[in-house]
Amino acid sequence: MMESVLDLLSWALIVIGGAFGIIGGVGIVRLPTFFTRIHAAGMAETMCVPPILLAMMLQSGWSLVTFKLAVILGFLFLTSPAASHALAKAALHGGVSPHDEDIGRS
Amino acid sequence: MYTAAGLAILITMVLAITRTLLGPTVYDRILAVNMFGTKTVLIIAVIAFMSGRTDLLDIALAYALINFIGIVAVLKFFEYGEFSRGGRGRP
Repeated sequence: MMESVLDLLSWALIVIGGAFGIIGGVGIVRLPTFFTRIHAAGMAETMCVPPILLAMMLQSGWSLVTFKLAVILGFLFLTSPAASHALAKAALHGGVSPHDEDIGRS
Repeated sequence: MYTAAGLAILITMVLAITRTLLGPTVYDRILAVNMFGTKTVLIIAVIAFMSGRTDLLDIALAYALINFIGIVAVLKFFEYGEFSRGGRGRP
């Protein structure tokens, strides 16, 4: 009983994570300008990584593996926005224009 | 279950590689490589659970650290042109 509930929750979380990952991938390919692509990648990273790692945490029970997964999750949660911010700042200083009229030129 | 997760992550990695090859500016390529690295961490964790060898999670953690440091270093290089300078206003 308990295992099937946990399996069901893990399936749901993996489907959510995989769907958001693929949506982010499609966004990073199809969106028109650089800053919209940062949006797609950042959203995908915050919505794709935690559900999949949470699903694996549910499968592993209370053990060292759960702690390791939690450490990976916390680290990615901290560094992904930092990397997105650094990327946007570097692109802005590097001359990529964030304005709408430049769509198609960058 | 892990096969489905691995397939979804692999599709995302293929899309990120597409943007890496297409990307008009260098920042597009860095963005796609960053996404690829994050998905690599995820797929290492999924493979660890698939094969039952959970020691691989340590490698996933190390890869997450290396990915972040590498991205920040490359961005700093492209923003300032060298590694040894600080932020704005600091020599």
